[in-house]
Amino acid sequence: MFKIVSRKSLNPTVTEMEIYAPFVARKAQAGQFVIVRATSDGERIPLTVADFDREKGTVKIIFQIVGATTYTLNTLKEGDSVADFVGPLGNPTETAGLKKVAVVGGGVGCAIAYPVAKKLHEQGAVVHSIVGFRNKDLVILEEEFKNVSDKYVLMSDDGTAGEKGLVTDALKKLIDGGENYDEVIAIGPVIMMKFVCRLTKEYGVKTVISMNPIMIDGTGMCGGCRLTVGGKTKFACVDGPDFDGHEVDFDEAMSRGASYKEWERHKYEETCNLFSKEIK
Amino acid sequence: MPNMSLKKNPMPVQSAEERNKNFKEVALGYTEADALSEAERCLHCKNKPCVSGCPVMVNIPEFIAKVKEKDYEGAYEIIAETSSLPAVCGRVCPQETQCEKHCIRGIKGEPVGIGRLERFVADYHNAHCDKPVVKPVSNGKKVAVIGSGPAGLTCAGDLAKKGYEVTVFEALHLAGGVLSYGIPEFRLPKTIVAKEIESLGKLGVKVETDMVIGKVLSINELIREYGFKAVFVGSGAGLPKFMNIPGENLNGVYSANEFLTRINLMKAYKDESSTPIKHGKKVVVVGGGNVAMDAARCAKRLGADVHIVYRRTLNELPARKEEVEHAMEEGITFTLLTNPVKINGDDKRWVNSVTCVKMQLSEPDASGRARPVVIPDSEFDIEADVVIMALGTSPNPLIKSTTDGLEVNNHGGIITDENGKTSVTAVYAGGDAVTGAATVILAMGAGKTAAKAIDEFLNKQ
Repeated sequence: MFKIVSRKSLNPTVTEMEIYAPFVARKAQAGQFVIVRATSDGERIPLTVADFDREKGTVKIIFQIVGATTYTLNTLKEGDSVADFVGPLGNPTETAGLKKVAVVGGGVGCAIAYPVAKKLHEQGAVVHSIVGFRNKDLVILEEEFKNVSDKYVLMSDDGTAGEKGLVTDALKKLIDGGENYDEVIAIGPVIMMKFVCRLTKEYGVKTVISMNPIMIDGTGMCGGCRLTVGGKTKFACVDGPDFDGHEVDFDEAMSRGASYKEWERHKYEETCNLFSKEIK
Repeated sequence: MPNMSLKKNPMPVQSAEERNKNFKEVALGYTEADALSEAERCLHCKNKPCVSGCPVMVNIPEFIAKVKEKDYEGAYEIIAETSSLPAVCGRVCPQETQCEKHCIRGIKGEPVGIGRLERFVADYHNAHCDKPVVKPVSNGKKVAVIGSGPAGLTCAGDLAKKGYEVTVFEALHLAGGVLSYGIPEFRLPKTIVAKEIESLGKLGVKVETDMVIGKVLSINELIREYGFKAVFVGSGAGLPKFMNIPGENLNGVYSANEFLTRINLMKAYKDESSTPIKHGKKVVVVGGGNVAMDAARCAKRLGADVHIVYRRTLNELPARKEEVEHAMEEGITFTLLTNPVKINGDDKRWVNSVTCVKMQLSEPDASGRARPVVIPDSEFDIEADVVIMALGTSPNPLIKSTTDGLEVNNHGGIITDENGKTSVTAVYAGGDAVTGAATVILAMGAGKTAAKAIDEFLNKQ
């Protein structure tokens, strides 16, 4: 059991939890993930390490309530425990040698993009953070990003926060304006990463993306997280989660990511009903 | 007078029609009368050929003699002297190619049902024994075991009995390795696995779950920083193989590992499980090993019409005969001399069929089995909404890639000497991590050998 040291809502659907997991905290690096089971009969889900404190022995996770498991996880309070917290898994994001980087985050993907931006900032790189959300209520980590970025561009679909438009609009504007990036690191919904990569391919800017597919064990055992990169099958859990975005088959990844959608929706409704009954 | 019946006492089973709709154990186990009658078939040969067929050298005639005397606890104690997982072995060992293969009674008629008797004794013990286990006196030396599958558990048990302080590190949230995530409930009930692990706990073995060694801690750190005097690597062969044919990443295509893990570890066959699984209507399982049989029989129980597609004939099927027979009885179709070349999907990227070619057997290949060759222009499609690839597994590279100087062969298997000693001092290995995918009992044998070698190594220090 792993204790929830602190917990806060970042917006109505996104929660941050700080978990006491000293072994994981000791080794965790930006870009890696953990497998979490909220309860002892729960599903195993991968969540990216959002931050870590080696001295306190804690690791932060940020998750969006999208299904039954994240709903259940969100019902846990400060002082409660999650049943399992395994990691750090996957490879850390490669940042060595990078001097100027555009970090693009979309929605809850910003939780993963932030530690990468922070690491780049700490190594002295120029960091331009471009983050996008549907609307102002969903904006997360604004201050955190500003603290580690030389430039911070906030975009929203409806114009209620920052500029109206997509992250690709902002990125295009910066590149057209003469910004030369060693690399673009894009983390967010698969569809966003796909369009960021389409754009950067035109400009010939290397782009690294972070995949967050369906996983069970997270150690290379099940192959559920496989995707096609450069025509070859890779396992996101052990070969990634970061990949060269220009080589990834995003359409396949989107379809694989949605393979249990129907089931998940049903389970989500069931879980919500169960909890609301308990409250009554 | 010995029982001279040429046939084994049959194993009571759930009927095929009933069991192919539930996940309860297929074989129900001998009654006491069955066991006594079967025990009487043992002739107690002086040279004990059966024992030489057992990878852990269970003293078979002696335990059977105790069964004859109705001293079942005594029988258990004899088995437990050499086997740490009797209730598991009695169920999943391929006895027909091991102990029973060498049984004199097998020359004319069927061999003694050694596996069935072992299971009877172990189940009797688990149901009746309340004798507290005496924890051995500690010798103060710490040994780390990586992986809680059959190799790791055996090594841990043997070392604990000798007084070592053993910690087993398991990557998943539940101990047991393949016994928990791989072998289905209907062949090996998980309560039995839990019971065997619990009894190791009573010997003082600590199990740390959620610990992916190679990631959270390296072997080097276990030795240098945490005071482990030796390490046994029993991390198994976890990496699933695929065929690298078009369409393998379509929705509805699973590795057998994923399919079985969802079902066995995550209980996806139960409605209340929070882990989903696709309930196929027409399932194609590719492969002919025990894992293929397990996956096919699970898919059947989820309500599918199941085809096993295998490129050789029934004679070459690597699965245990009993498993193949059970699968056939349960209504699984064997499509033999057939090999998939392409998996086809609909516009939503879900599998809808598998394109296969017909094969014929040619001269034997390096494995000694007849080599299948493609019959030209023999392509045909099999309808399928789920495809399960059961083509074998290879060792996980995580330990190798994080342990300096650890040598592996070109299949990724850790290289050891005959005692399990690796190229790194104080590091031993055994089971599938060394051999590639094999059987539970061979892994146990390797764990046992390594435990002995570790004991000798640490005694010299």
